[in-house]
Amino acid sequence: MAIIKHSQVVEDPWTTVTAVDDPLPSNDQPVIVSLARWQADRAALIARRSPLGLRLSSAESPAVVADDLAYFELFALEFPAFTDGRAYSHARLLRERYGYSGEIRAVGHVLRDQLIFMRRCGFDAFEVPRSGDAAAALAQFQAALSEIDVWYQTAPDAQTPVFARRQHMSEAFLNGTAG
Amino acid sequence: MYRYDEFDQRLVDQRVAQFRDQVARRLSGELTEDEFKPLRLMNGLYLQLHAYMLRVAIPYGTLSSRQLHQLAHIARRYDRGFAHFTTRQNIQYNWPRLEDTPDILAELASVEMHAIQTSGNCIRNTTADQYAGVAADEVEDPRIHAEVIRQWSTLHPEFSFLPRKFKIAVTGAQHDRAAIRVHDIGLVIRRDANANVGFEVVVGGGLGRTPMVGKTIREFLPKQYLLSYLEAILRVYNQLGRRDNKYKARVKILVHETGVEEFTEMVETEWRHIRDGAIDLPAEEVARIRAYFAAPDYQTLSAAPPEYTAKLAADPTFADWVRTNIAAHKVPGYAIVNISLKPIGGIPGDATADQMDAIADLAALYSDREIRVTHEQNLVLPYVRQTDLYLLWQELRRQGLATANLNLISDIIACPGLDYCALANARSIPVAQQISERFADLKRQHDIGELRLKISGCINACGHHHVGNIGILGVDRRGEEYYQITLGGTPDEQAAIGTIVGPAFASDQVVDAVETIVDTYVGQRQDGELFIDTYRRIGNAPFKESLYGNH
Ligand code: SF4
Repeated sequence: MAIIKHSQVVEDPWTTVTAVDDPLPSNDQPVIVSLARWQADRAALIARRSPLGLRLSSAESPAVVADDLAYFELFALEFPAFTDGRAYSHARLLRERYGYSGEIRAVGHVLRDQLIFMRRCGFDAFEVPRSGDAAAALAQFQAALSEIDVWYQTAPDAQTPVFARRQHMSEAFLNGTAG
Repeated sequence: MYRYDEFDQRLVDQRVAQFRDQVARRLSGELTEDEFKPLRLMNGLYLQLHAYMLRVAIPYGTLSSRQLHQLAHIARRYDRGFAHFTTRQNIQYNWPRLEDTPDILAELASVEMHAIQTSGNCIRNTTADQYAGVAADEVEDPRIHAEVIRQWSTLHPEFSFLPRKFKIAVTGAQHDRAAIRVHDIGLVIRRDANANVGFEVVVGGGLGRTPMVGKTIREFLPKQYLLSYLEAILRVYNQLGRRDNKYKARVKILVHETGVEEFTEMVETEWRHIRDGAIDLPAEEVARIRAYFAAPDYQTLSAAPPEYTAKLAADPTFADWVRTNIAAHKVPGYAIVNISLKPIGGIPGDATADQMDAIADLAALYSDREIRVTHEQNLVLPYVRQTDLYLLWQELRRQGLATANLNLISDIIACPGLDYCALANARSIPVAQQISERFADLKRQHDIGELRLKISGCINACGHHHVGNIGILGVDRRGEEYYQITLGGTPDEQAAIGTIVGPAFASDQVVDAVETIVDTYVGQRQDGELFIDTYRRIGNAPFKESLYGNH
């Protein structure tokens, strides 16, 4: 798997450990753990003092760790199938309800044609199959994200929703600054 | 009606380009059919029994003459010269070629139309009362809010992969013509004690395998909170709706399994978090949208002018049509005209390209260039002067569009059924045609009175059979087409799901069975009772007796 982050294909420094009794990497290695592992091993994981990430299945709401967000530098939210859209809500909750600003990574069945929705909901890293060369993957990724640039809704990304653009235009018009 | 601005237009244009690229990737073999399927479904393109089917959105059933002309043109150029109006106020083309679909979408975009979210597990086209803006019993025009919802729901980044499809309907009137209680969300525009306008919010209605009447989860939502409240409902549903079984995935099951109190509490809790954020539209934006739905320039006319009443007296065929197909308008001297797409023996909801062109021309002449599509698969001209009715009627007659049967037994809702649909157990269309022919005598139909007959070819209930006064459901019995009959359903403010009357009928018995039911009603009815009144008074038993008594 390759990771696309900030419009680049990047090396992934993270190791993922999901089972409750699998060994953790050495102390200075960043590690992503499952919710079960976090709940079973909380104190030890905090004591490691190396970057920690949390992987949530689509059935696990980030609400259960709302008080622990400061421990995590990364959330990996699963799409078991592209049709399972729960993680869209989870990402928005992390960004908008809990003010989480670390990495939110889409993992699992992450397809080109859903990237644009994921990014709107607050995902900023994407696990994609490592196929062909990185440049081609990146080009596809960029193309997919630029297909639509008109959005009606508010969301945690930087896009201005249409109603605000309309307002801005009519204000500019009234102020005589429309160009 | 609403007109696109540069943003609305840019979105549909970008969507066309995106789909053109996807179709090219499919045709070149870069995408397999499996990979292409979710993409085409996002644009309303289904693969049916014999061909692709393209479903085009008609937001809240409102069309301009220009748009209807374009739909006629598409039917002629890319299809077989006709199209089918659906129970969700949309239109379907049954024979498009895959390679033509990007061009069709481009032709649609040129008249401010699209096929976005006409399929898939997302928020579908929002429907509304077809008499919006012209009904006397209306608090406020539901199209304003339906357009607000259309924009908010279009490519909603969080709600494009819901557990299942999601349908919203809005009415502003007392009498519910939009079947809002059998939608995932039904909204009724109301006034509170202080005359503020808001919504009663009904959730969890639906037909299909487990038909349910929706529950009111909020008696009054101040209208400025519409979108944040919808977002709260959808967010709860997106996270908690079942995804393990597609027959249990609609929000009605979540409401049912969670319990309406707890479900309501979850929605209200979510809403408290987001209600004063940035989701709801600023008042200026709502006002901008509202301005598009301003009433046309009505003239000051007297009600029932003499030249109109004289025609009524002189021409009984015209009078029959007026009696059934004309509804009262809120402005004196005007009429709401229903154009029946249910000619005797015809295919319910089908219209030819020539008919569509004719209706578009008539709307331009007589109805401020506006047409509505009803969920009963008929069309409406909302702004016709009573003095124009006679001329209009004569024109409609020439096109075979003046059938005087609105809400009568031959005004049948029927889904496409086994003639087109890959999911069907049985054919719907021929059954509708035979029933219509059996009751062809209009006099008899008028005597029987209002009677809603609805047919679905399978339990998915696209033909709304559960809420038919007489409902007919196609079932498969060892490879044979059989039809199960339910009685007593209604789609309106007293929404009720029909009750199965007994064992299913073979296809050569079902028309006789319907006639037996009708005769039983006629024999039992008391002064002025409609079919549904009699049914509610006497129940299933007398019908059962006359259908199966001597077996
Ligand atoms: S009710 Fe069944 S047969 Fe009819 S259109 Fe719907 S899915 Fe097809």
